[in-house]
Amino acid sequence: MKYQSQLVAKPYFIAALALFFGQIVFGLIAGMQFLDGTFLFSAAHFNIVRMTHTNLLIVWLLMAFMGAAYYIVPEEAQTELYSPKLALITFWVFLIAAALTVVGYLLVPYAHLAAITGNAIVPTMGRGYLEQPLPTKIGIVLVALSLLFNVTMTLIKGRKTSINLILVGALWGLALLFLPSFYFPEDTVKASYSWWWIVHGWVEGDWELILGALLGFILIKMTGVDREIVEKWLYIIMAMVLISGLVGIGHHYYYIGAPAYWIWLGSIFSAMEPIPFMLLIAFAFKMLFQRRREHPNKAAMLWAMGTPIMAFLGAGLWGFMITLAPAQYYIHGTNFTAAHGHLAFFGAYAMVSMAIISYAMPMLRGREANSVRAQHWEIAGFWIMVLSMIGIALALTGAGLVTAYLQRSGADPLGFMQVQDRARVFFWGREIAGAGFFTGLLVYLRSFFIQGEYQYTAQVKRALAT
Amino acid sequence: MQEVFTKSMARNIFLGSAVFFLIIYLALTYDTWQQIPVRDHADKITASVIRGKYLVDTNDCIGCHTINGEGSYYAPELDNVYKRRGPEFIKLWIPAQPSGVAGRRQMPHFNFTPAQIDDIVAYLQWLSNVDTNHWPPNIEG
Ligand code: HEM
Ligand code: HEM
Ligand SMILES: [Fe+2]
Repeated sequence: MKYQSQLVAKPYFIAALALFFGQIVFGLIAGMQFLDGTFLFSAAHFNIVRMTHTNLLIVWLLMAFMGAAYYIVPEEAQTELYSPKLALITFWVFLIAAALTVVGYLLVPYAHLAAITGNAIVPTMGRGYLEQPLPTKIGIVLVALSLLFNVTMTLIKGRKTSINLILVGALWGLALLFLPSFYFPEDTVKASYSWWWIVHGWVEGDWELILGALLGFILIKMTGVDREIVEKWLYIIMAMVLISGLVGIGHHYYYIGAPAYWIWLGSIFSAMEPIPFMLLIAFAFKMLFQRRREHPNKAAMLWAMGTPIMAFLGAGLWGFMITLAPAQYYIHGTNFTAAHGHLAFFGAYAMVSMAIISYAMPMLRGREANSVRAQHWEIAGFWIMVLSMIGIALALTGAGLVTAYLQRSGADPLGFMQVQDRARVFFWGREIAGAGFFTGLLVYLRSFFIQGEYQYTAQVKRALAT
Repeated sequence: MQEVFTKSMARNIFLGSAVFFLIIYLALTYDTWQQIPVRDHADKITASVIRGKYLVDTNDCIGCHTINGEGSYYAPELDNVYKRRGPEFIKLWIPAQPSGVAGRRQMPHFNFTPAQIDDIVAYLQWLSNVDTNHWPPNIEG
């Protein structure tokens, strides 16, 4: 850690992981409600459990991105953060707003929550990922403005590296893309069409740029490769993201009431969306092979290499399987989509968050890398979570295919509830893999409580002995 | 490393493609915006349909169901439920929830007035007539 003000990243990272823990607990409850529909029904209906699960996901990823920004921007700009105090106040505002929102979900019936928070004045509630009441949405905008002000001022007074320009630019994009959440037209087709500006615009556009910037930063630091090369790669990858992804949004417009030309445009352009993920893999491995130093933080390196691979698997491969219009005709809005959503969100954004946390947290705690024992726990957590998530995705893919075969095709299609019954074994598979994921998360979190730093002398002795 | 292809060239390709494809997307969106009201019979979005939609949103129906394939995968598709079940069935179904059948997925009780249920049915009827390029494949949704 080169600048004292980078320390404000620490509470962001800690809160991110705590919220991640909460996300998984609610995921397990939601998964259980698939198996026993009356499970906890009187305490929290499925939709409430689900929105808590997905909103905690978004909030912890935003926490991690913000922490990453407060850590990276000063280091790249070679100057202290413009206002560490503002960053800390913003942290508490964001955390408390998130906590209050979850409490609201759990204690107040949703329609009542809408009534007491002014939803009738500016309707925003009742859309996926955007379930938050109006005050929370306004809070998110204020938090974003504070972040943008802080990092932009830091950037202005410091060195303007490409990593920093990309990161700060993408954070501006993230905030701008959130604004359509205040636009909820009465025409449902227009509402769906514009909802995707946020959801697709984030995960298949703007956040990919953030992912690239974070990965680029980590790899520059850990491999010692010339930043010119890294930044050139990043621009090419980002160009491919936008070439494929902007019109590629059409893969959400096939069957919602939009004109039929989207069937062609969406299929052709979104079919190219895996390319930037392939390039990311090539980029990461090229950096690995050209490395000029051996960084002692092996766990961070594993996260950094694992991210592009898992992102390609979840977003590139699973995304491709559902992206062409003829395939989507049968699997649109099934658990196949959920399989893709899980593998992609985890593989790309959860993993890149853990990569930057893995790299930065030891520094924030005053050491270059954690002890070998702590790293062993972290690496074990990595593998258990990654393999469990693949298990979750395979189970949900199975469930999605059951729907495609029994409900969406054939001369005598079965009804939804009947089909869900036939897919039961896959819902068990998801829940068991989910329990595995939870175990992996505990193992991962345990690694943070193992004290001590990486001992060079011990490693040298061991190397000489063999 | 040869400097035939420089970083600033890469950056310009990025910025150029961003602007170019954004303009294309905006133009397509403009055209789509003209076509949507025809395809979804916007003239039939009555006050009752609007009230129904507001109830569907503020009770988070898509937290369990899908509408045109968007939402959650816990409960049946609502886009064509009007055609699948018909208005009378829906009017009886909603107030009868939750079923309380052990282990079966439960739909909450919402305390709607009969007039509110009529609005929801009006919204579902409007939805079922949107031109969605022949999706879903069959009546089961
Ligand atoms: C890391 C990047 C990505 C993430 C996090 C992600 C996440 C998601 C999520 C959560 C959904 C479900 C949205 C909903 O609630 O309805 C979704 C839908 C979809 N995604 Fe992705 N995605 C990513 C990249 C991609 C890519 C690269 C492709 C194409 C190659 C793709 C294709 C699709 C399609 C076609 C759907 C709609 C499925 C349907 O109609 O049911 N995604 N994505
Ligand atoms: C123990 C592990 C997990 C379990 C049991 C679980 C369970 C669930 C369930 C039951 C749903 C609702 C699906 C539906 O509507 O039918 C859901 C949705 C979702 N979860 Fe998870 N989840 C887990 C972990 C995760 C992780 C690690 C992530 C991302 C990092 C994630 C991201 C999502 C997303 C994006 C959705 C919305 C998907 C869509 O709309 O297609 N979940 N999860
Ligand atoms: Fe998309």
